[in-house]
Amino acid sequence: MVLYSVYIINKAGSLIYNYDHVTPRTEVEKTFSYPLEMVLREDERLTVAYGERDGIKIGYSVIAVNGENVSGRKMLDGTPIIAYLQNADNFPLNIRFGKPKLSVNEKITLASTFHSMYAIACKLSPVSNSSGIEVLETGTFRLWCYQTLTGIKFVVITDQHQSSVQPLLRKIYEIYTDYALKNPFYSLDMPIRLELFDLNLQRTLEAAEKNQQYNANIPTNTI
Amino acid sequence: MAIYDFYIFHREGTCIYYCQWHGKKPPSPSVTEHNCKLMYGLLYSLKSFVLRISPTDGKDQFSSYRTSKYKLNYYETPSGIKFVMTTDLGVGNIKDIMKSIYRKIYVEYLVKNPFIDVSKPVSSELFVSKLDAYVKELPFFEPKQ
Repeated sequence: MVLYSVYIINKAGSLIYNYDHVTPRTEVEKTFSYPLEMVLREDERLTVAYGERDGIKIGYSVIAVNGENVSGRKMLDGTPIIAYLQNADNFPLNIRFGKPKLSVNEKITLASTFHSMYAIACKLSPVSNSSGIEVLETGTFRLWCYQTLTGIKFVVITDQHQSSVQPLLRKIYEIYTDYALKNPFYSLDMPIRLELFDLNLQRTLEAAEKNQQYNANIPTNTI
Repeated sequence: MAIYDFYIFHREGTCIYYCQWHGKKPPSPSVTEHNCKLMYGLLYSLKSFVLRISPTDGKDQFSSYRTSKYKLNYYETPSGIKFVMTTDLGVGNIKDIMKSIYRKIYVEYLVKNPFIDVSKPVSSELFVSKLDAYVKELPFFEPKQ
């Protein structure tokens, strides 16, 4: 079982906790000669828009040029990468591409998007009394969501072969009540920055990863 | 097991076909139209959500989601036509069925008909009856008693 990440969304739809457990490495390094054959698009980063080749896929962005990491669209010394790549004198050069990691802002946006999609899925139900999205299946991963009676959503992303993580989601809920809610210094609905919570969550995730199926030692109907 | 409803969306987002077989009593046409728009919005957000949150680099397409009461199956053709079928939870992976609806019914009776503009809501009775017959013959069509 591969556990990619855990998100906790409060009842208003804002992200209060996120933990990336496993981040698959998707980086490709290649030496290019002038002119560059692929088309790069400039947004926040420099992203491949056209010209997929040698494992460099559309959507990948430039991570490093000649072994030096870049920050956004610019090289470390401040020159725009696109200008650097247009200069024939700089070639041959070595570019590392990769799938960009989600920034904190993007994660917050995604969390609130999920919150609204959950509500719409509930509204569009062809039968009455349906909940929102519980499992979202795609070709490469599955997203699992458990909403508590108080409206907090626990979201876990696993690989596509996982058949049930409901016990794990309930265990995370238990950790949340034990180490966040019972902590007198934690204020409700605010981001969780608690050492004990982190520690216990990581332990649970590691245990869950070792067992193929996570076996909670608590009966699920007590929560 | 049961099949609740079925939507076809054209590339530009118009709902060209909607049909309901089981489930709550059919809502009024204006509510149905509203629901179609809501459904397209949901699919659109789900698609970009899945692309962005995906931990791997594959060009992921979401295939289904499940709630406590129903399952929504989704199939998008490379040309951007979206097929959505909501069923109950007992139905497994029906991607092949969605594909054959596209191949055997959509293409045969809509695309190959020269008098039909495929970007407009479906007016072909032949298409409707063929689709209805196909769906009603599926093993999981009837709700469990």
